[in-house]
Amino acid sequence: MSLEDALNEHLREIIDWHFSPETGADFWLDWAKKQDWDVRREIKTFDDLKRFPHFEDNWLRFEAPERWIPKPYKGRPYNVFETGGTTGMPKQRIGWDDYKRDYESFGDTLDDAEFPRGQNWLMMGPTGPRRLRLAIEHLANYRGGSCYFLDLDPRWVKKLIAKGDFGQAQAYMEHVIDQATIILRHRRIAALFTTPKLLEALSEKISISDAGIKGVFCGGTEMNPQTVRFLVEEVLEGRVAFKPVYGNTLMGLAHSKPLTPADKFSVSYYAPQPWAVLKVVDPEDPECVVEYDQWGRVELTTLTKEFFMPRFLERDEAIRRRPIAGYPWDGVGEVRPFGASKETIVEGVY
Amino acid sequence: MTQVPTIPAFRFGTHYDSLTVAEITTTGGGYIVARVGLVNPGLIRRDLRQVADCFERLQQIPVQRMLDICAEAAKHFMEAELPVSAELKQTPDDYVRALSATCGLPHALIRANMIKIADVLSNMPVILKGLTRGLDPDVIETGVGRQDEVLVSYYPSTTHLGAVLPSNSPGVNSLWLPALALRVPVVLKPGREDPWTPWRIINALIAAGCPAEAFGFYPADHDGAGVILSECTRVIMFGDAGTVARYAHNPRVTVHGPGYSKVLIGADRIDHWPEYVDVLADSVARNGGRSCVNASTIVVPRHGAELAEAVARKLAEIVPKSLNAPDAQLAGFANARVPEAIDRKIDMALDQPGAVDISARQRGSARIATLKGQSYLQPTIVFCQDPEHPLARTEFLFPYAAVVEKPQEAMLDWIGPSLVVTAITDDTAFRRQLLRCPHIQRLNLGPIPTGQVRWDQPHEGNLFEFLYARRAIQELQTCG
Repeated sequence: MSLEDALNEHLREIIDWHFSPETGADFWLDWAKKQDWDVRREIKTFDDLKRFPHFEDNWLRFEAPERWIPKPYKGRPYNVFETGGTTGMPKQRIGWDDYKRDYESFGDTLDDAEFPRGQNWLMMGPTGPRRLRLAIEHLANYRGGSCYFLDLDPRWVKKLIAKGDFGQAQAYMEHVIDQATIILRHRRIAALFTTPKLLEALSEKISISDAGIKGVFCGGTEMNPQTVRFLVEEVLEGRVAFKPVYGNTLMGLAHSKPLTPADKFSVSYYAPQPWAVLKVVDPEDPECVVEYDQWGRVELTTLTKEFFMPRFLERDEAIRRRPIAGYPWDGVGEVRPFGASKETIVEGVY
Repeated sequence: MTQVPTIPAFRFGTHYDSLTVAEITTTGGGYIVARVGLVNPGLIRRDLRQVADCFERLQQIPVQRMLDICAEAAKHFMEAELPVSAELKQTPDDYVRALSATCGLPHALIRANMIKIADVLSNMPVILKGLTRGLDPDVIETGVGRQDEVLVSYYPSTTHLGAVLPSNSPGVNSLWLPALALRVPVVLKPGREDPWTPWRIINALIAAGCPAEAFGFYPADHDGAGVILSECTRVIMFGDAGTVARYAHNPRVTVHGPGYSKVLIGADRIDHWPEYVDVLADSVARNGGRSCVNASTIVVPRHGAELAEAVARKLAEIVPKSLNAPDAQLAGFANARVPEAIDRKIDMALDQPGAVDISARQRGSARIATLKGQSYLQPTIVFCQDPEHPLARTEFLFPYAAVVEKPQEAMLDWIGPSLVVTAITDDTAFRRQLLRCPHIQRLNLGPIPTGQVRWDQPHEGNLFEFLYARRAIQELQTCG
């Protein structure tokens, strides 16, 4: 079966699931009733998803979580994961096992020399109501280790930066780094999840390699090639493995292509198809993908039994990348906040 | 030089080619003149952790050796073909053409600024004498010595000097140069359109024998400038009145802001005003009117309207010319929105009663002009009948001045902070008042253009006192 056929088959299964009265969630069943077309009959290929409008993030803010429960999951307690929320209502996605599958799939790609099995992790990233909080712990457990945490509220940091209170933002970052250095000093830890800014700040306090870290799994904010090069060559002193990822609560985790000299530190990410599909579309005409190696806006479609989200326009832009071995579908490169080339975006530490 | 150079960062002796490259085009966005590698903020922060080692090495070099290097560097800066990228070198003419293309400055003004920079380098002994009030360089070297029979001790209060540089006038680079003679490394963030000047100075100094680890050169965006501002233990920067106010109480930062420089003519000399028209026009228009030492207000007790007419007539001779015209005096703007905003601001202010644009009648054309795709603001003299008019005590980035009438006895209470004041008066009592006036940083007594500087007379802060501190000391010989 071709990749396209496999994706379409998976799509039809997911459409059947979410739009059948026996299995679908109330939200999508009610939505379908208001349409003058039959979703299950007319959505046969990925291209047919254009019949759907772009998924609206306000649906995740203002629809009750219960409206997203597929019927077979009813009665089973769910996790509520949030994204956004620096001001106003955050987006909420409910879930059960997707995050475990995503991170197990990712965990299977890790090199044992870089992220040794049976060793402990430190999660120096956003905690609170984020999927990442549970996902990293699950990854550590899946790889046979445990995970240490510290407190980090990125919403507060963004607020401080937005109001120009850089002193407090800096103090908060130091508070986070202090927590991490104490843990690293007193516990044996071999793997670290963090964001680029926190990684850099940590390296100003300690040698990450000398602290025993073998591999760093890094994501959360923009990483242009210069940043990646700086992190690899100087922050990690060329002695610690660096694994960039692109992920969020709505998609899961996109894997990065291992860097080679030819990449010149430009990172490409590949969605975990068929559960999530990333496209790079023309911001002026989101119906069209841009040419390879061109910038465009990231469009995400999530296709799992827990969650169906068609054609969501992310607040990110990226370069459309060609398929590679192991990921024979389009990738997204040098992801950065949408509009980053035109205005300053508050990213904080996350 | 026809190839487009890629200007690297320089990390205390090591070239660094960033993967983030900005293209610098001709003013108005024509063709690419240079590519500049922009470093990430963390890289600057990381290098600042190593700067103490560079400082220690530089402190081992005798001051006299650094002075000799500066003198030699002046020649290299003016005459030599110097590296501009890993592959390319730049002659002085290449430098002039490149800077003119990216900043809109006419070649003649750039050459005048080159001479200023070379003068600072070659006159460094005099400048140090001015900054240290004649301190024997041995005291800087050893930390202790005698000045006028008094035992004195000075110590470096920083291991480096940061500078966030602008693009509007290459001559401002002369401000950080004495740091090297004082054996303090520099951390420079060049202006977007003028990476050329600081980079050429660095290469001239290295060619003259200065240790390469004396220089950090970091083309960067605003975040990079932010690191220099927040983390360097001593920084000079350039900005508007708001920036000056923001850092007014920060002892780490010296902001070179608006100068609000002025010419005052005393009651004893005002009836001879036609003799001073050339000095007034020079004060307003030298260096394209871009310097903080350019006069932006002329204060007279009477004859204001006639004097304004005469100065405006003289300045109306200054018109936009080709960038390579030998007599070009007006500087264009790299970003066309800047002159438009200035022009609009002046016109809106003129809508208020109490001020009239004298130059508008003289030149017979709009204030804003375009030549070969380059935007210019033509000289403007405003006569303010109302001394409290918003145009009376302000300054702009082109030859602009307000002429204001005030009785002599009220002038000094009215002028406010003034970087340079040229006072044309022989009245002994008025001169005494001028000498006592706390608002004036540089006082020219007599018809001296405000832009004319003496190297032994520092103004706008004293770099030696910014980089070195004095301690009390006493010494008792022990007998062994």
